[in-house]
Amino acid sequence: MTAGRGADTVVVGGGLVGCWTAFFLARRGQRVTLVDKGVVGAQSSGVNFGNLRLQGRFPGQYPLSLRAQALWEDLPGLIGEPCEYDRCGHLYLAMNDDEKRKLDGYAEVSASYGLDIEHVGPAALQQRWPWLGGKVVAATYSARDATANPRLVTPAVARAARRAGATIIENTRVTEIERRGDDFLVRTEAGDDIPCRSLVNAAGAWAADIARWFGEDTPLFPAGPPQFVTEPFPYRIVPSVQTIDGTVIMRQIPRGNVILAGYPRTAVDPVGNRAPVPPAKTLAGMYHLGQLVPMLRDCHVIRVWSGIEGYLPDMLPVIGASAGTPGLFHAFGFCGHGFQIGPGVGLCLSELIVDGSTATPLDPFAISRFDRPVAVSEKLGREFDPRTAH
Amino acid sequence: MMTLATTRVVIIGAGPAGIRAAETLAQAGLRPILVDEGRLPGGQGYRRPSAGLALDMDALLGTQAAKYRALHARFAELAPAIDYRPETLAWAVHEGTLHVARDGAAATLPFDALLIAAGAADRVFPVKGWTLPGVFTLGGAQVILKDQGCLIGRRMVFLGSSPLLSLAALQYRQFGADVAAICDTTPLREKLLAAPALAPAAATALRGLGYLARLRRDGVPMFSGTTPLAIEGRDHVEAVRFRLGDGEERVIACDAVAFGYGLKPETQLAELAGARFGYDPVFRLWGPNLDADGRARPGLYLAGDCAAIGGADAAEASGTLAALALLADLGGEVTHRERRDMPRLRREVARYRSFQKGLARAFAWPGSRGATAIADEVELCRCENVTAGDIRAAIAADLGPVDVNRVKAITRCGMGRCQGRMCGPALQEIAAAASARPLAEVGRLRGQAPVKPLAIGSAAAPA
Repeated sequence: MTAGRGADTVVVGGGLVGCWTAFFLARRGQRVTLVDKGVVGAQSSGVNFGNLRLQGRFPGQYPLSLRAQALWEDLPGLIGEPCEYDRCGHLYLAMNDDEKRKLDGYAEVSASYGLDIEHVGPAALQQRWPWLGGKVVAATYSARDATANPRLVTPAVARAARRAGATIIENTRVTEIERRGDDFLVRTEAGDDIPCRSLVNAAGAWAADIARWFGEDTPLFPAGPPQFVTEPFPYRIVPSVQTIDGTVIMRQIPRGNVILAGYPRTAVDPVGNRAPVPPAKTLAGMYHLGQLVPMLRDCHVIRVWSGIEGYLPDMLPVIGASAGTPGLFHAFGFCGHGFQIGPGVGLCLSELIVDGSTATPLDPFAISRFDRPVAVSEKLGREFDPRTAH
Repeated sequence: MMTLATTRVVIIGAGPAGIRAAETLAQAGLRPILVDEGRLPGGQGYRRPSAGLALDMDALLGTQAAKYRALHARFAELAPAIDYRPETLAWAVHEGTLHVARDGAAATLPFDALLIAAGAADRVFPVKGWTLPGVFTLGGAQVILKDQGCLIGRRMVFLGSSPLLSLAALQYRQFGADVAAICDTTPLREKLLAAPALAPAAATALRGLGYLARLRRDGVPMFSGTTPLAIEGRDHVEAVRFRLGDGEERVIACDAVAFGYGLKPETQLAELAGARFGYDPVFRLWGPNLDADGRARPGLYLAGDCAAIGGADAAEASGTLAALALLADLGGEVTHRERRDMPRLRREVARYRSFQKGLARAFAWPGSRGATAIADEVELCRCENVTAGDIRAAIAADLGPVDVNRVKAITRCGMGRCQGRMCGPALQEIAAAASARPLAEVGRLRGQAPVKPLAIGSAAAPA
């Protein structure tokens, strides 16, 4: 069946990036069809920590990141739903002098991109955030950093894309993509053949398969971000808080629950679609949280969860045009950092597809970098459980 | 090589199923670890009063008192032969290890075989006002009575659809409460139609009729086929408003309400341990897939009400049966006792569970019709303050959810302290009704650790 389904662009994958891409393309007047094997925002887009953190990002990502933050700051204006966006600020903590040097380095990079980073010493820390335990030697605070509820955002973006004219197809797997001259024919398990001029591969942890169909191999591997949440208690902890070593990445939402993420990232099963949370990992997170915020020790953890995210060994995503197939665009492998840049990636891809170029530099994220062995990030040793597939 | 003496078996739950399983394993020469959340063994039905409290258990348990005494006597005899760990919360199962917490400290128990006898929980169906102070589940009301010798109120209404309605009402009367009314939501006609299905355990059924006769003789107002409209009160229960089968509305003043719609298996630990689940159209619930002996998967055994609702007698039989199955799987050779006892136990367990299916008809769950009748403003998830209307609005939205886990993600229903144990069954009904799908299609809330809340301070420094 092809009737009526012809599209300018087909987006494979209804995660945050796919939905934002569909949204911006539809707003530019494109006929867009988005296809997801499940429901929109169900994988890493829906289960991540919800951090819209600006400080401490990969330097080459700042133009994209800042562009994305401006979109987040206009979320209700763009999609009509607030999705618990909260400009709560982000507090980055160093527990020793080595970490302080690292923190200062991050701050310098952030500041060079115009971010307002405040250095806070131990005395001021105790005064402003008295719930912090005593071992913090230095901190930086970025007021523009924010959080949003990942469970709500992607479906809201998909709804807005649909209102803008995009077609959203859920619970349908793409089984095959054929090259037809300069065009593509996307075949789904429902038997639909969707012809299109451009194709966006935003299939998350499953995107490497699609890239491989077009001869582009990437060392994508899956891992999960185990998290837990406590029962609610009075709202005291306003900023999201992160220790440089990543043992604690936490935030309290205004309704009172504390959410904790933190390394290591753990093994998942993308075939069985399972992301178990090892109890030892939960206990480790609880211990570190209790050390950092002693007043939480009597609070109870009520739930854990994880998800399936795609990672690349240099801990950078693939964003941009295919190296070998004109009309094909990739956006995957966000390495646990995709939530914040999601809207920016969607906007840039829409510009690449409609205008042929974007003013935002995306060179560090080109898929062609995998033509040669890439430098493996030191984070692979530090942030991952040894049982992940990297 | 694994031998009986070195095999590490952990049993979760010291109710009738867990005690019988422990006894069977101990008799075979094993020393199982028996983990239980309670301070004292016995589970819920055979709960012992707190130390120092002289309760007349004969009066409270009536014809079941002898079984209660026998089980506790067995446990006292058994205790030296097992590793009994009371007041221990089992909060996760992962890769052959049970994670527990006791006295504010987390610990691990690696096992070769796990036998779960975690029992059942009350099944509730929301009605306007059900979160008012003074409203208890039927099981909760009984626990307070048996454990503490306390009454939840002086003038009580028993509401819902459950054989426990009349039992709990009698127990409360014996301890001095005034029972203002028993409002059973199942019409008498449906009860009569279900009568033949109760034949497998006629004695139990007759016992239930005996309770009713006593209540009637004592002049307790009893209504069947009622529709609960609201539990009313400002800061505490003051009255129950309901409609009779003929449409007449009644308001009955009271200071406490005990309500419930039967029981549901406690299955979260079994799920974490790898059990698979299937939909049961009689109970309108998902239960673990088991063979006749209680095997869920290699090394995982389920017994008692957490395997399938069967009541105390089924729990005892299925506890023994699952332990014999475990022994047979370990030893490879079938002992004399296994050959002799297992077929009889299988028949017994099957008979009690089939009786419970009959009971599920005689005391009907409100189901789809009940779910449709719940007003939008009624709170469904009391942990997260989510109303029935919130669920319907989420489902009606463009790209709205169908699967209940997705409904949970969008609305927070079932995300709180109780992890959906309280609201889950009603959420399934509301979600199915609102999306016009069969109940089985909206799925069930997935279990996640911790099965019950776990204090952050209970974690020690990671190794």
